[in-house]
Amino acid sequence: MTSKTIYDWIDERLGLTELAAFARHKTVPVHSQSFWYYWGGISLFLFLVQCFTGVLLLVYFRPGAEAYESVRQITFVMHFGWLIRSAHAWSANLMIFSILVHMFSVYFMKAYRKPREFGWLSGMALLGIASVFGFSGYLMPMDELSYFATKVGLEIPSAIPWIGPAIANMLRGGPEVGEFTVQRFFALHVVVLPALFLPLLAFHLWLVQRHGNAAPPSIEALTPAQRKNEPFFPHFMRKDLAMWLISLNILALLASVFPWPLGKPFDPLAPAPVGIHPEWYFMSPFEMLKLLGVVLRGEAGEIAGILLFTVGIVLWILIPFYDSRKESGQRARAAHYFGLLAVFALLATTLIGYWTIR
Amino acid sequence: MTDQTPLQLVVEEPGERNTRRAFLAAAGAAGIAYTAALAYPIYRYLASPQEMAASAAAVTEVTLKDAQKLPAGSVLMFKFGVSPAMLIHHADDRWVALTAVCTHLGCTVQYEPQADRIHCACHGGVYNPYTGANVSGPPPKPLKLFKVAVNDTGVEISRA
Repeated sequence: MTSKTIYDWIDERLGLTELAAFARHKTVPVHSQSFWYYWGGISLFLFLVQCFTGVLLLVYFRPGAEAYESVRQITFVMHFGWLIRSAHAWSANLMIFSILVHMFSVYFMKAYRKPREFGWLSGMALLGIASVFGFSGYLMPMDELSYFATKVGLEIPSAIPWIGPAIANMLRGGPEVGEFTVQRFFALHVVVLPALFLPLLAFHLWLVQRHGNAAPPSIEALTPAQRKNEPFFPHFMRKDLAMWLISLNILALLASVFPWPLGKPFDPLAPAPVGIHPEWYFMSPFEMLKLLGVVLRGEAGEIAGILLFTVGIVLWILIPFYDSRKESGQRARAAHYFGLLAVFALLATTLIGYWTIR
Repeated sequence: MTDQTPLQLVVEEPGERNTRRAFLAAAGAAGIAYTAALAYPIYRYLASPQEMAASAAAVTEVTLKDAQKLPAGSVLMFKFGVSPAMLIHHADDRWVALTAVCTHLGCTVQYEPQADRIHCACHGGVYNPYTGANVSGPPPKPLKLFKVAVNDTGVEISRA
């Protein structure tokens, strides 16, 4: 049997030639802002790293009462366990970062307009799930920081009027953060969230295949003859893979040079350590709530803060529907300024947050 | 960033082909080294319990405290290194220690005082409880014997 006959045998059954033809016709726009096209792929790559390192951690992690002890074992007893754990934690942070870059680049390139509304919506849902991934994963080691982060974080749902406390108790598995909390967060982190995330991710990627990369309005304004494109396969894919390799190298460097620390085991009687603060991607909402609490004291401030957030996030999610003008080159100023305001508010509150850590 | 130049036929000089071959070889070697650098920590991580077991299996002697009080005609299961073993105090006051892992497919065997035999429930293997010899059934080899020394404080078991 020659390789040609083997290829034909498989091709007849799986349609490889059609796939190759599809790949040949897929193109990617080339312009001054093409660099931002890589960030979705980088996010995808870091997600794959999360799956891989996550499964490796699963080999030794024990949720429940032994959670801290098993993470201590992974970090200090198993060969290279510290590295696997460090890679998982670092890659989680890098993934959130690259998803944010991806989101803002889509926003400012107006890639959410018709026919890509579902791409935007599914992307926002993926970001939402990713942040719950981050929040639940943070509790897994059950050290001091995990304990207080979860305690404080669950105060947010419990501030919802009427049903809030019940929701918080349900998530926490009782009135206090403890072994039941880590056990159910574990179920959430490794079963429920992946089961939600993976089909959504497949949908998101399928949409990208269906509609292709969006060109920003300034490029859309050009005549087809003036626009430049390059084939996806192999030209763009080669660069995409190079980006993955760069990401892997940066991750390996960070994970090995700055190993993720493991704190003291949590102790419900110990006071919160000085200088404790949320992860960087939760710093901004945390600081906004704090600032609002200064203006509006007490429960009113809390409720106003959550209301303001909800409105802001809903406005952000619904952008494709009120900035839907398709006219080429037309800059919808309002959406643009709203985006700038969001970036400014996020950066400013994050900086203030870090500035005011005591 | 345009890669849309049409395919061109380039006539290669023989020397050029050599540098390309050298380049591809170097790139391949770098790729293998990179993959190995990633795979090595993962392998060691997953092999950790195996390495721990290997150091535990390196024991040559086990002391069973107070085992001298074991009544005649009964058995005490213990771990020699990582694998199960048995100490039998026979009715005629002889002490025998053997591995308790069936040589057929690795089930843990049991001592049956009434039948005066060691029996494996998985596939019906039978061993002699004094010598460890495989008497009937599928086991291909005898159970290994340990040296036994009984004293006032316990029983010392060591590799024969």
